[in-house]
Amino acid sequence: MEKLRYERPIIKKMNTGLMNKFGTRTEYEPVTHIESVPVKSLIKEYGSPLFVLSEKQIRRNYQNATRIFKTRYPKVQFAWSYKTNYMNAVCQVFHQEGSWAEVVSGFEYEKALGNGVPGNKIIFNGPDKTDEQLVAAARNNSLIHIDHYDELYSLIKLSEEHNLRPRVAIRINMDTGIYPKWDRFGFNFENGQAWNAITRIINSTNLDLVGLHCHIGTFMLAPSAYGIAAKNLCELTWSIKEKYNKVLEYIDLGGGFPSENTLKGAYLPGSDTVPSIDQFADAITDVILGYGFKQEDLPLLILETGRALIDDAGFLLGSVLATKRLSDGRRATVLDFGVNSLFTAFWYDHKVSPAQAFGNHTEEMVLYGPLCMNIDIVRESITMPLLEKGNHLVVHKVGAYNMTQWMQFITLRPNIVMIDTDNKTHVIRKAETLEYLELNEQVPEHLKQNPLK
Amino acid sequence: MKLKKNIATSGEGFIFNPGTGDSFSTNEIGAEIITLLKEEKSVAEITQLISGKYDVDASQFENDLDDFAAQLKDYSILE
Repeated sequence: MEKLRYERPIIKKMNTGLMNKFGTRTEYEPVTHIESVPVKSLIKEYGSPLFVLSEKQIRRNYQNATRIFKTRYPKVQFAWSYKTNYMNAVCQVFHQEGSWAEVVSGFEYEKALGNGVPGNKIIFNGPDKTDEQLVAAARNNSLIHIDHYDELYSLIKLSEEHNLRPRVAIRINMDTGIYPKWDRFGFNFENGQAWNAITRIINSTNLDLVGLHCHIGTFMLAPSAYGIAAKNLCELTWSIKEKYNKVLEYIDLGGGFPSENTLKGAYLPGSDTVPSIDQFADAITDVILGYGFKQEDLPLLILETGRALIDDAGFLLGSVLATKRLSDGRRATVLDFGVNSLFTAFWYDHKVSPAQAFGNHTEEMVLYGPLCMNIDIVRESITMPLLEKGNHLVVHKVGAYNMTQWMQFITLRPNIVMIDTDNKTHVIRKAETLEYLELNEQVPEHLKQNPLK
Repeated sequence: MKLKKNIATSGEGFIFNPGTGDSFSTNEIGAEIITLLKEEKSVAEITQLISGKYDVDASQFENDLDDFAAQLKDYSILE
């Protein structure tokens, strides 16, 4: 006789009182497939934990965002934010779709060149650019976004020394009503610093001011802030035309559009609270189109959107290592991935789904990672089915920042697999090995003897 | 492992403790274990019966039963 399906016994105390309308959502709808590939077979073939990216979803996101902007404004260019996810395969999907590269370090700059991005389609942002990198970027005709006066003066000097005329923009910080105000990057708009920097560039014979850039924050939930930013950049663009008779090629509104993840501490899930890309597009393009530029002077609108284009294309698959009970009676579930691979667990209450069917009984639990560290918490409180050792889980919306900010800490980083548009799977980054990790380690000769041998 | 004498059960997972006034619900296997405890079956007998009927090995069930018993004790359902 076939045995019945087992579920571990539980008992729940029944509480009387009013229902809490902000009660936790129960995640028991199983997610058995990513695209049409079974989670079970992915884990069997590539191990657990495992990052999975959907090429189809990345392309869908990109095409959707470009359609939204291009149906509102005639000149739009996206530049893929490398720091969000610089797996080469991911970058190439964006480049194939027509995206330029936006980089914030020499390492990322080289990666973009390695991916075949022409120099004039690389935007070089960030406060850290060495003299050598500035010269190389200038020679490649890249767009250098100047962050501070030291960089501005270095670039003027280097351009004179090397007889170069780099194409530059300045990064501008401003008050868009958002807290915290990001004023550590670039030149301030309100106190006139930005205008001074612009004047300095225009007066230099070696720098070619071609655009203006800002990046007002990250995971921005207020489209109106982009409207303010666009207005300020338009004002400067207009003044440059008025005063110096110079028409800028572009304004770059940076990144910062949110994904549908739920920020820690939020009452309602991100899917209910995050504005759509359409709302951001309206806020930005209404301002630029309404500013009064002549048709031929309309600047190219550059967007460095990262998170909103990749987050929901990434999944982390994992397994239950153990379940236990804490001293206060709460259930604790230990998983084979933690904050080392899922760095964004520090910011979000990630949606986690079981990867197999369960009964309808659930319990509240803490999800812990495998690290022998108290900070390793994936979810502080989540209501899930009665998980057992060996069960598989799927974490949603992990495509942004995890594959760049993850830590090699205590355990090795896992495989990353991409499911292509024909549902074929490809390893795009192999799981780390001890050998790989020790490749750059060196032990001094006198420490090679181990007396315990 | 012994149920308190005054504990009322429905056989379908509803449990009432008249001593504290608390009510509880269990899942199907929890209800079955409570019924077996009412019949004063031993841990070994319960393990044998459940692992014979359900798709679980005895050591896994023992682990789960320990955890379940700890909860019953916490809720003052066991003696």
